[in-house]
Amino acid sequence: MSVADLRQSSDPARVPSGGPVGAVVYRPHAVSSRFFRSELLLIFGRRRNWVGGLILATVPILIAIAVKVSPPSPGGGGMNFLNQITQNGIFVALSALTLEMPLFLPLAVAAIAGDTVAGEAHLGTLRYLLTVPVDRTRLLVVKFGAIAVFALVATLLVALVGAMLGLALFGGGPVVTLSGTTLPFWTGAARLLLVIAYITMCMTALGAIGLFVSTLTEQPIGATIAILVLALGSEIMDAIPQLSVIHEYLPTHYWAAFGDLLRDPISTAAVVPGIWSALAYTAIFGAAAWARFGGRDVTS
Amino acid sequence: MSSPAFADHGTVQAVRDPAELAISSAGLTKRFRSGQVAVNAVDLAVPAGSVYGFLGPNGSGKTTTIRLLLGLIGPTSGSHELLGEPMPGGSARVLPRVGALVEGPAFHPYLSGRANLRRLDAADRTVDPATARVRIDAALDRVGLRAAAEKRYRHYSLGMRQRLAIAGALLRPRDLLILDEPTNGLDPQGTREVRTLLGTLAATGTTVVLSTHLLSEVEQICTHVGVMHLGNLVAQGTLSELRARSAARAEVETPTPERAAATLRVLGLSDVSSAGGQVSALLGDVEPEKVVAALVHADVPVRGFAVRRAGLEEMFVQLTGEGFDVSG
Ligand SMILES: Nc1ncnc2c1ncn2[C@@H]1O[C@H](COP(=O)(O)OP(=O)(O)O)[C@@H](O)[C@H]1O
Ligand SMILES: [Mg+2]
Repeated sequence: MSVADLRQSSDPARVPSGGPVGAVVYRPHAVSSRFFRSELLLIFGRRRNWVGGLILATVPILIAIAVKVSPPSPGGGGMNFLNQITQNGIFVALSALTLEMPLFLPLAVAAIAGDTVAGEAHLGTLRYLLTVPVDRTRLLVVKFGAIAVFALVATLLVALVGAMLGLALFGGGPVVTLSGTTLPFWTGAARLLLVIAYITMCMTALGAIGLFVSTLTEQPIGATIAILVLALGSEIMDAIPQLSVIHEYLPTHYWAAFGDLLRDPISTAAVVPGIWSALAYTAIFGAAAWARFGGRDVTS
Repeated sequence: MSSPAFADHGTVQAVRDPAELAISSAGLTKRFRSGQVAVNAVDLAVPAGSVYGFLGPNGSGKTTTIRLLLGLIGPTSGSHELLGEPMPGGSARVLPRVGALVEGPAFHPYLSGRANLRRLDAADRTVDPATARVRIDAALDRVGLRAAAEKRYRHYSLGMRQRLAIAGALLRPRDLLILDEPTNGLDPQGTREVRTLLGTLAATGTTVVLSTHLLSEVEQICTHVGVMHLGNLVAQGTLSELRARSAARAEVETPTPERAAATLRVLGLSDVSSAGGQVSALLGDVEPEKVVAALVHADVPVRGFAVRRAGLEEMFVQLTGEGFDVSG
């Protein structure tokens, strides 16, 4: 390429044909549940999570079958709820919740919560969500909402599978409370709903902790393990009497209090602080997640 | 809107009315926690309606600049505007009008291509959900993925993934497309298709920023170019401005090389050299026609005269001190 008269022609840049760029104004819908529904679809459409659900549902099934095959001797020791099953099938649900509360339910919540932000960061989808744009606060709110829905569904799954199978195998009837009194069946069933609500709150609080942990890393498995370690570590500390000063501040301390909902009348001594504890943990770690994620560089 | 963004920073970009700029930045700088300055005082000026080639070797800071532009990372210092809106404050208003591809495609592996696009679309509060299906199909058609739309993303080839990412940027009409190496992983046919697609989009007034480490890509479809090297924007302007900027040499073919060389020196040309019947010298500010007149005036028999400029490739190698496929 050469030649003297190769003077460049003037700027070949194209000038936009229309008016100023971006004359169109987009108006966000005030409220849209599309992204939230998409998030739920992501969680409940994932095979891994179905397997998890299956494991959660296996516990009440195992309990029901075991008790059917070999009924506990009346008045014998062991778990309160377990001994009642042969009188009322609804206790399968309560037994299953008691057994899953320390490990399986927290594990399920940890898996979901750990994945929320870290999973998207790991895949790289986080940068594309943010450029849609999804406001960072909205992203966290949607992710937290999905965790809460999952906590409810997981708890419901255990309770409903237990209750249905229990009622089918052992029948229903009046519910004998932990205080020794007897409640009509439907009052007892309503108590079970309270138990589900309480456990959902506890699990959602763990989920909020998990959401925060998930904003710290790009490794979803690492986040899940960290959340589980926090939950189990809290349970272990709660079992060491010498640490009693801090017991009431541990996130898991009031988890077992759901049994109080089956007293007559309901004992609120541990349930009410339990609710406050769950709300406080949710608020503190929700805010921490927001503070951490709000200005964080997304380099994944 | 007024800022020193377009002050000369070793660039040939003339000061323009900021209103005409789809992207402008002033001293945009990113220092990572590692201490590395990945982007150093970059003053981008991307005119509206242009196809802007963002050219630089691997590791020169293109992706980091794009992350800064989109607000994915915060600048250590400096500021920028997209489509006339200051960022990151205006991101809710402006980002819906911007389609982007950043550092390659990223989707949920166990969802189909279509389900992935549906999720992206669902995240956008500013689009009409009723038209989602039509828009997703249209985007899939545009990148030739309609037939593979129901396949899981994990079974996509690299080229298909790249196409899906481009489809994601085209889920709605955009005023600005920022595409980070969009032809990576595409076969020659796919590369051609993407170029054609970008041409079509640019023809309708969409500003396209195309980051690439391939000079050929810039030469084929871009009107403007910005050259990155070690985090610095070392050149910026229209392709022709950049070509004009490269050093031009006058070449004289003559049977009397000594006399010709002497004449050129008298005129003020530098780096005069002669070989055989050829004398060549750096033109500098001297106009070629003056050189010819002077030679004729000095009775130098001129058999041939030419002004030769370095090709873009040579020039970019000069600017970046290395070839374009070498990582930096
Ligand atoms: N998150 C990060 N932390 C530290 N250094 C980074 C990070 N991201 C990129 N870099 C460095 O910044 C430089 C520019 O990278 P990048 O913008 O990806 O270049 P390009 O896209 O031009 O290939 C590289 O040297 C890279 O190693
Ligand atoms: Mg890059």
